[in-house]
Parts: sequence; C-alpha cells; structure tokens
Amino acid sequence: MEKFAKLTGVAAPLPLINVDTDMIIPKQFLKTIKRSGLGVNLFDEMRYGDDGSELPDFVLNKPAYRDAEILVAGENFGCGSSREHAPWAIKDFGIRCVIAPSYADIFYNNCFKNGILPIVLPQEQVDVLMKDAEKGANARMTIDLEAQTVTTSDGESFGFDVDPFRKHCLLNGLDDIGLTMEKVASIDTFEAAASAARPWV
Amino acid sequence: MTAPKTLYDKIWDAHVADESEDGTCLLYIDRHLVHEVTSPQAFEGLRMAGRGVRAPDKTIAVPDHNVPTTLDRASGIKNEESRIQVDALDQNARDFGIHYYPVSDVRQGIVHIVGPEQGWTLPGMTVVCGDSHTATHGAFGALAHGIGTSEVEHVLATQTLIQKKSKNMKVEITGKLRPGVTAKDITLSVIGATGTAGGTGYVIEYCGEAIRDLSMEGRMTVCNMAIEGGARAGLIAPDEKTFEYCKGRPHAPKGAAWEAAVAWWKTLYSDDDAHWDKVITLKGEDIAPVVTWGTSPEDVLPITATVPSASDFAGGKIDAAQRSLEYMGLEPGTPLSEIEIDTVFIGSCTNGRIEDLRAAAEILKGKKIKDGLRAMVVPGSGLVRAQAEEEGLADIFKEAGFEWRLAGCSMCLAMNPDQLSPGERCAATSNRNFEGRQGRGGRTHLMSPAMAAAAAVTGHLTDVRELL
Repeated sequence: MEKFAKLTGVAAPLPLINVDTDMIIPKQFLKTIKRSGLGVNLFDEMRYGDDGSELPDFVLNKPAYRDAEILVAGENFGCGSSREHAPWAIKDFGIRCVIAPSYADIFYNNCFKNGILPIVLPQEQVDVLMKDAEKGANARMTIDLEAQTVTTSDGESFGFDVDPFRKHCLLNGLDDIGLTMEKVASIDTFEAAASAARPWV
Repeated sequence: MTAPKTLYDKIWDAHVADESEDGTCLLYIDRHLVHEVTSPQAFEGLRMAGRGVRAPDKTIAVPDHNVPTTLDRASGIKNEESRIQVDALDQNARDFGIHYYPVSDVRQGIVHIVGPEQGWTLPGMTVVCGDSHTATHGAFGALAHGIGTSEVEHVLATQTLIQKKSKNMKVEITGKLRPGVTAKDITLSVIGATGTAGGTGYVIEYCGEAIRDLSMEGRMTVCNMAIEGGARAGLIAPDEKTFEYCKGRPHAPKGAAWEAAVAWWKTLYSDDDAHWDKVITLKGEDIAPVVTWGTSPEDVLPITATVPSASDFAGGKIDAAQRSLEYMGLEPGTPLSEIEIDTVFIGSCTNGRIEDLRAAAEILKGKKIKDGLRAMVVPGSGLVRAQAEEEGLADIFKEAGFEWRLAGCSMCLAMNPDQLSPGERCAATSNRNFEGRQGRGGRTHLMSPAMAAAAAVTGHLTDVRELL
C-alpha cells in the first residue's frame, strides 16, 4: 500500500450530505476485474451529461479543481454499498484525503486499505475548510498525518483524531494481510478450540 | 457471575482469535459468502502473493449481481464485461476449491437468500460478504456484515477480519402490527426515525413483540436494511422459529450435532441488565404502510402523507431535500397516493423471498396491472421461484400482467439489463432509492411487496389497506 505522511494540495468543496457510493462510482463501472482506471468515472453521473460531455458546473470539472488531492464534503459521506470501487475511483482520480463530519463505516474502513486518509472533524471546522476550499487552486491545504493536523491556506490549523493502528499502517504503507499472517499461530489455536466447541460450524 | 452481555457481546467474545493492546481484534469468520462483483480483485491479490484460501469449506460463492434474469439466459450473458466477471468467479471457485452455485444451478440466486436457504447461515456465526446487505443474516442471530474487497482478500487468506468492537444499540418494536403493515414498513420506519447515519458505529439488535411475531423471512427483511440506517450489522435473537427454519437444511447440523448446536443457540440472547449505548422504541401499532419520496432511504413517510417541502428540514438536509425533490420530479404538497408510476419491481435480497411473493400475489389475485405499466417479479433464488410456481403464485403474477423472471439482483442495482430509463418512476421492493441506483435518471420509491402490488393494480402509489 502507498504510504501517506504529509500532503499539500488543492481541496475540492462538495457541500452535500449523504453522498452515497452509487454517486461516487455508479454500478456500470463495477464490472471491472481490476482496481485501476476508475478515476475517469469518479462521480460519473454528476460529472458528465447524457452524451458523455463534461458538466462545467460540477466541481471536479472546474479548472481550479481538476487536480484536487483533497475532498471536503458533508456528513455521512460514502453511505450505501460496500463497493471498494468508491475509494479506488477517488484514489485513481488523485484524491488522497477526504474531510467530512462523518462517514459510513464500510467506506471509512475501505479508505484506509487503499492509502486514503478520511479525516473526521466537527461540522463547524468542516464549514471553515469548505470555505477555504471554495477559494480555488491558489488556496492549498496541508494535511500532516504524523502531527494529526489540517492547515488551511490562511494558516488556521485543526487537530484530528485517528486510530493509532490505522495511522501506523498508513504512515508505513503496511499490508494488513502481511500483518495478520504474523499472528497465524493465534488463528490456528483459536480455530482448533472453536472447532472442538462448535463442531457443526 | 460474569457481567451481563448483549447478544452482540456474546457472539463477539466467541470469535476473538487475537486482541492487541489497543483493542484491535482478529475476529474469526465462520462463513464467507462471495459474489462476482467484489471478489475478482481479491482472488487476483491472492494469486499475486502466492496465497491460498485458508478455509475453502467455509467459503461459498454464487453469481447474482450481473446475471440476466430473462428466460433465455441459458444461452449466455450478452454483455461482455458482465460475462467476464461471472466467468472469473467460475474460474476462481474452481481454482481455489470453494463451494459454488453456478448460474445453471437451480439453487443459484441472490447470495443473501441462498446462504440461509442452504443452511450455511446459522445462529451465533460470524458471516461476512463483500456486500453491504450481508446484514440480512443477522435475522438468525448471526453477526453478519458487509466488507470491502481488501477485506474479502483478507478473509480469504486468513479467515479473520481486523475489527474493533462496535457499540450496542437496541431497537424495540413493541406490540402488534396493524393489518397491511409488514417487516418492510418496520425497517423503513426505523430508518425514517433514526436517519441513514443513526446506526453508524453500532450493531443493532431488533427486539420486541412485533419482531418476535415476524417470520424468518420478515426478520431477514428487517435486518437487511440495518445498513441503510448506518449500522454495519443488525441482529435478532434466535428462537424456536429460527431453529425450525434451519432444521433439515442441506448444511445445517444433523443428529447429535444438531442437539449440541441448539443447546448453544439457546444461550444467545441479551441478558436482562445488559448495557445499551443507545435505545430506540417504536410502537408497532403506530407504524403505517410507508413509501419513500426522496433519494435517501431516510426519506420515509406514511402513504397517507403528502410530499414534503425542503423548508420542512434543517441543516444540510434542506439542500439535500431540494435536490431530491428536483431529481424525483415531485411538487411539495402532492398526496403521495397520487404519484403515478411507470414500473413495478418485486424482488431483491430485501423482499425476494417466498413470503414476499405470497404477500404480493395475495393483492394481485384475480386482478390486472394498470394498462401500460411494466411490472416484473424476480424471485430471490431458483428454489424460491420453483416453490412459487408450485404454490400457484407464478400463475397469479403472469395472469395479472407481470413478467416472471429468473433469480438475481436484477433491477435493485441494475447491473444487468434490468434498468430504468431517465425519468422512469418505479415502485420497488428493493433497498436503495439513491440517484441513478436503478438506472441513470430513474426514480425509485421503496415500499413493501404488498404496497408494490397495490401500486401495480392502480398505476399510482396506493395505500394497500384499501385493497385488503
């Protein structure tokens, strides 16, 4: 997994609540058997018209935000389907960090598995960051995972919480399966005991 | 004397294979269900790392999302990408030696219907699948939740999931339901009350007389939509109805093993003085037949209500409601029962079981659907379809003017050819009314099978109680 340490980049404002994973990547793009190449279809139905042309009003089509690396959004971001194609599309577009007041559980979890940092901040602070993001390409935010801070283009800084294990994995780009494999003895022991206690499983 | 526990606490404690100092656990997984959309990248990951499937006997695969439901599907899947995805699952099931129900098998169907039907899902188990509606299996008192593809790969390789414990939430539905009110109305009403993020961070246990009174099919409908309320898992404590449902299923234990299993299953309930982090109580008699009006499952109202206005809401919901009203093409103040529809979809992992088809057929018996409507029934599995044919339900649907399809996810998420056109309005028994969910520009109203059948007869959203 790609490491995440510090990021300074353009933040795109998406002031909508309940952005669901069907919006992030519509189902017609779930037919792939690969993880890559989904960025062009990120927010497809909001981003393109029926004829496939770009809708100029959608934030990621505006010149200032075409290279956004951060997304600022409303509460309950990523609700709905478990499709990991949602974080794959976000990452493939070039976004490495999402900031919102809250997330749906599965999406939140899927971000960490893909080197994306989902930051949770109170609504008032997200409102400040949303305003900062609305300033456009010259207003670059800085995310420092080690220090757990988000800094606006004006230098205003907010601290955020992140699970220490997940932070460690992101900072070091660690692969979950590799880490779990180190505990295979525990799994073996558990499996033997469980199969004696509940042989019908 | 040990501390009182919830049902979730008990199942969790029975499956922790390893716990780190910070509370991060390896949770052992008893059943891993797999479908074609969220698994190819996981199997590819195994191959690239030279890893195998740790417990192929506990891994069950079935294609459902992409499969055509038209009667000609034996001739193959025409959409090339869909075909490649289903072929990949065929190949992966063979290569890794996991249990498999191919498209040609009569037992094929939606993964969340096949699992319980075949007795793979049993009380007290941990069940995962790369699909958010895995919550369905919670109806058996199994801890079941959806996972992403990276986690699918993790479970394939290690049979465990890295997890931290969620909080406990109790949703109690007291008393009796009124006539015409079903499990779907319960689950939608709970989401209407809590919002789509109300359950985030929690595992919900549904309890109370109205839940006890539900059949296993109804309980699956309730738990299925726990995710729409934000909860990763919904649970219902197992009881005699649960044991009765499981008994004799192909993969349920037999003989002495059955007796031992039931003895353990009977200990799976929340202790009287267990701690709840959040409690919601609804009165069964207050629940009405409901429909959704917007593009979030929390946009729920009784069928007797009118379309709301954005100004009825607060905060970020004002803009969201306005966007929903525009997308749905609805005017505030319009009675919901006057909204005309183009299409009716009965099916999905929420409402594609035999009881759902019986409820819809009961309304449709001796009636015809409104002229010009498109209506389809997509049974949740080949076995549900066969049973419905045996009970004469298929004839009722066909005589009423419904298409009688083969099993699959179909128009719930429209990955196969069953889709809405832009602006087309659908009465659907599925679980999500998101923008574009059933096809770009399609407009979805969620409701129970009986309500969908009533809408099919009149051509507009309808209070099913008028047809009882």
